[in-house]
Amino acid sequence: MAQVTLNSVKKVYAGGVEAVKGVSFDIPDGGFCVLVGPSGCGKSTLLRMVAGLETISAGEVAIGSRVVNQVEPADRDIAMVFQNYALYPHMSVYENMAYGLRNRGTPKEEIEKRVKEAAKILAIEALLERRPRQLSGGQRQRVAMGRAIVRKPQVFLFDEPLSNLDAKLRVQMRVEIKKLQRSLGVTSIYVTHDQVEAMTLSDKLVVMNAGQVEQIGLPAEVYRKPASKFVATFIGSPPMNILPGAVDGHGIVALGDTIIEARDLREDLAAQTSVEVGLRPEDVEIASEGQAGSLPFDVEFIEELGATQLFHGKLGGQPFVMQAATGDVAAQEGRLWITVDPDKVHVFDPKTGTRLGKE
Amino acid sequence: MQKNAYFKGLTIPFLLLLPQLAITVVFFYWPASQAVWQSFLLEDAFGTSTEFVWFENYQLLFSDPGYLKAFINTVVFSTFVCVLSLSIALLLAVMADRQIRGAEIYKTLLIWPYAVAPAIAGVLWIFMFDPSLGMLARGLQSLGIPWNPRLEGSHAMLLVILAATWKQISYNFLFFLAGLQSIPKSVIEAAVIDGARPMRRFWTIVFPLLSPTTFFLLVVNIVYVFFDTFGIIDTVTGGGPSGATETLVYKVFSDGKGGSNLGGSAAQSVVLLVMVIALTAIQFRFIERKVSY
Repeated sequence: MAQVTLNSVKKVYAGGVEAVKGVSFDIPDGGFCVLVGPSGCGKSTLLRMVAGLETISAGEVAIGSRVVNQVEPADRDIAMVFQNYALYPHMSVYENMAYGLRNRGTPKEEIEKRVKEAAKILAIEALLERRPRQLSGGQRQRVAMGRAIVRKPQVFLFDEPLSNLDAKLRVQMRVEIKKLQRSLGVTSIYVTHDQVEAMTLSDKLVVMNAGQVEQIGLPAEVYRKPASKFVATFIGSPPMNILPGAVDGHGIVALGDTIIEARDLREDLAAQTSVEVGLRPEDVEIASEGQAGSLPFDVEFIEELGATQLFHGKLGGQPFVMQAATGDVAAQEGRLWITVDPDKVHVFDPKTGTRLGKE
Repeated sequence: MQKNAYFKGLTIPFLLLLPQLAITVVFFYWPASQAVWQSFLLEDAFGTSTEFVWFENYQLLFSDPGYLKAFINTVVFSTFVCVLSLSIALLLAVMADRQIRGAEIYKTLLIWPYAVAPAIAGVLWIFMFDPSLGMLARGLQSLGIPWNPRLEGSHAMLLVILAATWKQISYNFLFFLAGLQSIPKSVIEAAVIDGARPMRRFWTIVFPLLSPTTFFLLVVNIVYVFFDTFGIIDTVTGGGPSGATETLVYKVFSDGKGGSNLGGSAAQSVVLLVMVIALTAIQFRFIERKVSY
């Protein structure tokens, strides 16, 4: 097991397209790092560079203390789980799992021991003689995981491993991957575009956009203090509401005619500086009309999610979504008055999108 | 969901099948049955009288040492052509499958020989290897390598094998390339990470995954060497020297057309028909099972 270090890693394709524009971060030994971002943000390219399937245009990737830029994928001591599983269709489950060990000349008894062990962990002992085409999606996923763990590598790489599964199975496998990673303690890098997977799996969350890192941190940290408008709207579901506003003084912003408190606001901003105010749908509370700092919210329709309800409507002419536990608010269209906790008001620069918070 | 649409009654299905059935009957079953019928007949040299002779044509055929020789020629010829054209085509396809500069041009050029008619291909090879005119033949001679396909049976055989192989490589190449490109890239990448070096990767992953293509090509190639190579043999050697390159299909022609032995020739084509049916049946029965995964 080892830590993984990325130092100003760049990927430039022929023709000058920069897919990854200088990314640096490290993952501690045994850490679970999730790279999340929209498609085309460079997250998969970054993962493939760690795997050695793409060349590194500039910068360094190190596994443990060894820089692996020039090391063959086979010699990097990594294992990868692919989105479409990439099982060998002409081999049985056993042979699929044993293949990597056989190539490395592991003794036969040792191979058998390790495959049996992995099969037991993943509960696929009954499937060892089957061919991949005889397996369901979830079973194939387990075999792909098994192929990774029998090798006992220093690093696991996951390339959107759950996106081919149905919703229910995805939740189940997500939990299993997390448990497995904890019990094995192998450093892992996991690529996904699904922010729920990103939040639940990671102990280090890397949000990427357009080839660059937007924010690195603990998932809760990223959720509570998004470094940019991009992160704010990408992490969290339903996404954060963004409303135009203006600075009105120390720690206060104006949203239309209403003035609300924002504790995390830089102090050097002149009054009247226009800003964007971010409010999460779940951070909104019901108030009464005329209460200080309350905002008028015109509900247009309501989505029923079971435990919670989503209220869609307009706030100061801007589209706005509010989430409330079912029963807390009368589910009817019309005007509501809402307030926001001053600790949960996010302020962003409308031009650059960066957070205008205190340092 | 209903998987197969079906018609009530037999009239419409029969009418729909009729054009295909008509073609098959007129161009296949009828000539084949004529051949079978003819193989029991003995016709005089002028074609004025025929006599029903039961299996006499077959008896004569199997006691003819020339027929055995043609059979051996066919085995040698088809084995070499199949093995060479399949393996060279596979090698070229593997090379074309890599991302190389000018890959498109390379692929296009490789496909051209398939468009050349067998007889023209034959003429081309005659010119190159003609002992007195051919550039390559003179090259060989200047290197001190004796070369005369007009007199030496083995030289002639080598020449037709080369010509027939060259002609078939493009076809095999196309199918192998398509086969290679249908192997998911991630499977190869998984093997790379699993520590399989290129040669091992080829034999343990790529080649097994290509086996349905290889099997299909084997069947097609056997039919090709048995029948379609007639044009090449006819132009390059005419079956000579002294029958050294006479294959079974060529002998059908030379005995029937040249030797005016229609009954014997018909008997040969029946034997050939049975052989190819048997070979194909064996392939489907025993090999196809192993190649599906």
